[in-house]
Amino acid sequence: MAEIAAEAGVPFAARQRPPAKVVGPAAWARRNLFGSWWSTALTLVLGYLILRFAWGFFDWAVVHAIWTVPYDAQGHANSAPCRAQMGVGACWAVIADKYRFILFGFYPYDEQWRPLVCIALFLALYAISANRRFWRRELGLVWIVTLLLILLLMHGSETLGLTVVTDDRWGGLPLTLLLATFGLALAFPLAVAVALGRRSRTLPAVRLLCVVYVELIRGVPLISLLFMSSVMFPLFMPQGVNFDNLLRAQVAIILFAAAYLAEVVRGGLQALPKGQYEAADALGLSYGRKTRLIVLPQALRIVIPPLVNTFIGFFKDTSLVLIIGIYDLLQSGRAAVDDPVWQGFGNEVYVLLALIYFCFCFAMSKYSRGLERDFSRSRRR
Amino acid sequence: MSVTVAAEELPEVQSAVKADAAPAIVMEKVSKWFGTMQVLRDVSMTIAQGERVVICGPSGSGKSTTIRCINRLESHQEGRIVVDGTELTDDLRALDTIRREVGMVFQSFNLFPHLTILENCTLAPIWVRKMPKQQAETLAMEYLTRVKIPEQAKKYPGQLSGGQQQRVAIARALCMKPKIMLFDEPTSALDPEMIKEVLDTMIGLAQTGMTMVCVTHEMGFARQVADRVMFMDRGEIVESGTPVRMFEDPQTDRLKLFLSQILRGH
Ligand SMILES: Nc1ncnc2c1ncn2[C@@H]1O[C@H](COP(=O)(O)OP(=O)(O)OP(=O)(O)O)[C@@H](O)[C@H]1O
Ligand SMILES: [Mg+2]
Repeated sequence: MAEIAAEAGVPFAARQRPPAKVVGPAAWARRNLFGSWWSTALTLVLGYLILRFAWGFFDWAVVHAIWTVPYDAQGHANSAPCRAQMGVGACWAVIADKYRFILFGFYPYDEQWRPLVCIALFLALYAISANRRFWRRELGLVWIVTLLLILLLMHGSETLGLTVVTDDRWGGLPLTLLLATFGLALAFPLAVAVALGRRSRTLPAVRLLCVVYVELIRGVPLISLLFMSSVMFPLFMPQGVNFDNLLRAQVAIILFAAAYLAEVVRGGLQALPKGQYEAADALGLSYGRKTRLIVLPQALRIVIPPLVNTFIGFFKDTSLVLIIGIYDLLQSGRAAVDDPVWQGFGNEVYVLLALIYFCFCFAMSKYSRGLERDFSRSRRR
Repeated sequence: MSVTVAAEELPEVQSAVKADAAPAIVMEKVSKWFGTMQVLRDVSMTIAQGERVVICGPSGSGKSTTIRCINRLESHQEGRIVVDGTELTDDLRALDTIRREVGMVFQSFNLFPHLTILENCTLAPIWVRKMPKQQAETLAMEYLTRVKIPEQAKKYPGQLSGGQQQRVAIARALCMKPKIMLFDEPTSALDPEMIKEVLDTMIGLAQTGMTMVCVTHEMGFARQVADRVMFMDRGEIVESGTPVRMFEDPQTDRLKLFLSQILRGH
């Protein structure tokens, strides 16, 4: 108390603030961008290139862009005005005309409210799960119910009066979210189990199995795994036994993601100090309790950054299913410009797709950074 | 410095040895190897209920390994260890029984950093002893009060000083109501000004008649509290006896050398 009173004579802010020359944007720029003649030159060249590109894009995407095109009596778009501007200005009319196909693929037009509701359900699920207040056991139940509801909505059911839409007609954003969400939701527990199995000292057979699994799966590209699941797998099965193509792709994605995630989780298990295991043992906690209460909560926190990195990678990798004829978001976008009217207007569609993928990935990355910050704050304050 | 503390200056801690009851810990010719290196050679000892034993010896002599064998954080390869009437074998049921009865305090505290102080203390009572949460919390607060930090209950380990963390670690072990407490150099990782608060806590515990096995180089503590001091070197118990006898009249050259070294070191 006495110290504070003694110092009270000098205004705190006045003593603490460094001179303006060392902080602020101008000082930052001087230090980092114009520190030497070499960095000045680099700044100028790069700055010029960036401005050039940004202006070029703006010119194409906004200044010379065409937003609407005329429609004929049958409701078909007339892309002639766009063709005249091709290469000069963007034709956003392609998106206005085709957005439902891009978002929902070949899903029956009149039933497209169902995948739309599914997208909303997915987003709600993410939002709820992101809130740490809801991190309770019930959340698992919410996930199961929501995912089943989504499947039901997508597939439909005669008894509920919803036309059945088989999954070969599913497509677009809901399909991408479906593959990614089911993929990661199922791959993650599998990954944790494999990571734990790989470190098991008492069960050498389990350990060997886990090692073989991880090494085998990591040794092949996802594309070849998808291809095998779609083309080769049926060859080995008896005639008449037919698994659904989407399901097989989903299983391939789960197995693939789990192998990678398992290695990430194992890294966290290894980073945990030995003393934590010993303290848990010394208290008499069983293997299961030790793992659930002490080991995993800490190990998973350690690996949030690489974990999210892998999540983001897999979110985008789901687009590889296009090689086995599944119309995910990317493939629906490509197919949209197969329409003779819109052939050649891929750029506009890809810009939209990039934007959608970016939103999801950026949200994941931003969220994980927040999570890291929260956890490190609660540990040392 | 602590070595020079004379026994008379310290409050007397009554001996609580129950010589007639069944022994708390029996080790018979215990040997252990790490790979090809033998770290324990025919270690035998009998520790009575309520007895307080201090183990000392040079670095690498096998002190930690010995007490870690008592709650089977390490397994021994030869000989027999019986703790509280239960022999330590590969049998998991025996292991569970023992670990409930034996508490351990580590040099590096090993608190769980993701749990609050209170949660650290209630974890084992709730999950191992199946105690209702409310009751476990009351119990934990009782022990946190005993180690003089009830006001820190809602904080995380990272927010506490080393001495406070070690006292929490002691409270955490006590919450399991163990019959035996093991200490592996509980003060070696602490700054000098915090050593006393932890030693005071341990002395308080000794006054309750707890069976204690402490690896420590705090000779003042040994003089005040220990019924018996064991000196280990190169995996064997070289000499043992009352603290006064051991420190004032060492019989073996190895103990003499060791004592002169730690006196010089301080
Ligand atoms: N997990 C292990 N693997 C291999 N060797 C080990 C292991 N733990 C201990 N040792 C070795 O066993 C011997 C005894 O170690 P221990 O930790 O019991 O000694 P200590 O008396 O406690 O020493 P300190 O005073 O340094 O703690 C040492 O030589 C050590 O290197
Ligand atoms: Mg040691």
